Amino acid sequence: MSAILPPAERLWWKHPLDRVEGTWIVIAFVWCMILFFMMVFWHIYGNQNLSTETYKTTPAQFMAKTQAMVDQYTVRMDAQATPVVAPPPGSDVYLIARLWSFWPIIEFEKDQTYRLHLTSMDYNHGFSLQPSNINIQMVPGYEHVITVTPNQSGDFSVVCNEFCGIGHHLMVGRIYVRE
Amino acid sequence: MSVATTYRTCPRSGLQFESRAEKLILANAVAAVVFLLIGGILAIGIVLTRWPAVHWLEAATFYQVLTAHGLDMLIYWIIFFEIAVLYFCSSTLLRCRIATPRVAWVAFALMLIGAVTNNIAVYQGGSSVMMTSYVPMMAAPSFYLGLILFAVGALIGCFVFFGTLVVAKREKTYQGSVPLVVFGAIVAAIIAVFTIVSGAIILIPTYLMSIGLVEHVDPLIYRTIWWAFGHSSQQVNVAAHITIWYLVAAVVFGARPMSERVSRGAFLLYILFLQLASAHHLLADPGMSTEWKVVNTSYFMYFAVLASMIHGLTIPGAMEVAQRQKGFTRSLFEWLRKAPWGNPVFSGVFISIIGFGFLGGISGVMMGTEQLNMIIHNTIYVPGHFHATVVIGTTLTFMALTYYLIPVLFKREMIAPRLAKWQPYLFGFSMYFFCLIMMGAGTLGVPRRHWDMSFSGMPMAYEWPGAAYLMMGLVGIGGLAAIAGGAIYIYVTVGSLLWGKRLDTGTERKQVTPIPPTAPAAAVQGYGSMGFAAPGTFTLAMVFLGAFILYYFINWKYLSTLWGLS
Repeated sequence: MSAILPPAERLWWKHPLDRVEGTWIVIAFVWCMILFFMMVFWHIYGNQNLSTETYKTTPAQFMAKTQAMVDQYTVRMDAQATPVVAPPPGSDVYLIARLWSFWPIIEFEKDQTYRLHLTSMDYNHGFSLQPSNINIQMVPGYEHVITVTPNQSGDFSVVCNEFCGIGHHLMVGRIYVRE
Repeated sequence: MSVATTYRTCPRSGLQFESRAEKLILANAVAAVVFLLIGGILAIGIVLTRWPAVHWLEAATFYQVLTAHGLDMLIYWIIFFEIAVLYFCSSTLLRCRIATPRVAWVAFALMLIGAVTNNIAVYQGGSSVMMTSYVPMMAAPSFYLGLILFAVGALIGCFVFFGTLVVAKREKTYQGSVPLVVFGAIVAAIIAVFTIVSGAIILIPTYLMSIGLVEHVDPLIYRTIWWAFGHSSQQVNVAAHITIWYLVAAVVFGARPMSERVSRGAFLLYILFLQLASAHHLLADPGMSTEWKVVNTSYFMYFAVLASMIHGLTIPGAMEVAQRQKGFTRSLFEWLRKAPWGNPVFSGVFISIIGFGFLGGISGVMMGTEQLNMIIHNTIYVPGHFHATVVIGTTLTFMALTYYLIPVLFKREMIAPRLAKWQPYLFGFSMYFFCLIMMGAGTLGVPRRHWDMSFSGMPMAYEWPGAAYLMMGLVGIGGLAAIAGGAIYIYVTVGSLLWGKRLDTGTERKQVTPIPPTAPAAAVQGYGSMGFAAPGTFTLAMVFLGAFILYYFINWKYLSTLWGLS
């Protein structure tokens, strides 16, 4: 009655189990429930949950909203003439991903909350905030609104970590967080 | 229906091969190894480019090579081999003729034409879209056409397998229920049908878009359905390699399942829940609700994880019970110490079981946890994880099975047995190292599918910590060692097939010899009647659980320090 021969008892579901198996199944089951309810628990008590607020959008619509923010809140230009915007806490902040850059540069204040809108203008891109290592997918046609509260100040980089063609490795942006 | 065919009983294994099935198994297995060879050569380009100090290939070539490596390894090598396994598990283990051998050859031809067409599309240059080919990034039409032809062939192969089960049942070549290994193969084939249908649903419109007949395929819908294909195909691999683990436990140790009910019940959980895993790839996406993500990513409350944890106990447990019955009863681990470590069939499978559980399994649950996914998504941790599942789990298991099949199916004496003896250790342990270091680099945020960590000196370039550079260098070294291990496998397999000493084929008959009814064993009669049959395995399982719990909460601790997100 090895595993490559038919079982002697036709009714294999009546085959008794061993105590090792029974014990392990109970332990593994309990652990699986902990794994499951940990996710639910974190949604209630944790501070790092990915928003699911999503809207359909088009590149033109999203560009218009981003341009309006840039016109209103640009505080300076960086050396490559990319605008650095510092919208007030609580406001809507837009970040565009396109072949092969992020636009504009954003400046947050530490411990303040912002509504960060993400989308891609063309292919899929990745929002990978370093060195914190927060990674979010950016899908064209979908505007993803994430409420962020930076808890550290400093210079952060946004690295594209979804393959987006030959210039993928050139695609990197900035977010600054002031005290 | 009587057909002119012969049945050969292998003198070394006692297995009975039908001549037409045997040729099909051989053809599919050989095609698989050819694609492994191509994928392995491509791997050299990848590891030598991601090793920052070497940085060998140009960006365009690198992305092209990476696309082809993913397709050849994850799809062609594995699925050709799985079709061979399905034919083996039906025709050989049930001792019957294969159903519709001509159709099976058509399936093989479609798969081969599809795989070659798709490969050519990638080498022509316009299709460096990675295996995932996310729209709206488009490849050449022949890229999708090749994949579709291959999928149709594989689907036909699955139905030949189902047909063969019907033949065995109708011609009464066995009595009672099918063996556990066949049961596992059925589970793999059922998941494969679901998988291939999902692939068709999304790849056909994408193909039509590439030739201009369809205007738009939604990127998010593409990702959702593509992953119902892309992830489920990995579940086919899991079901297939776990089936082979049971097979190897049976042929090496004469082990029987500790309990048919537990092992088969765990396989049934796979059918019910494994397909939900498409969500694993969408946890960092917009669009899906939190409830959808949590329920799907956990395979509905982790029931498929439970199934894998059960197999992880029952397979080594079955080996332990068999060894203890042979008298290796001293201490907790004598059964393991005295196992045939010099036999690559066993060592390959055991290295695979441990690596699949500790590296692939635990990291998979981390990535599949909705919130923890944010610190892992699209970093090089992801390839670290799936090389642990697909290479250490599936590929190494298929390698171990090949060593068993060389004398049995190929009827050849293995050349270079000493090389073969060391191969699972070289390949397995270098892959352990490779995967662990990749996960380490991923924890520092290093992205996957990325040509240049230094961003070619862009003004806003992010400066990775020195440890990330060091780890990517070590990944290169580990990768080269693993490629050497893969090369030894191909040398031994192809060499044995070409110039190994021919072995006695065994007696050939015109008629099938049915499997005799199995005598009832005086084994377990009631719950716990065997005592605590496998204490060593149970101890190993508890070590696994401890590592799992520790690493799980370390990740939550890290997550809790990040920016507030809601």
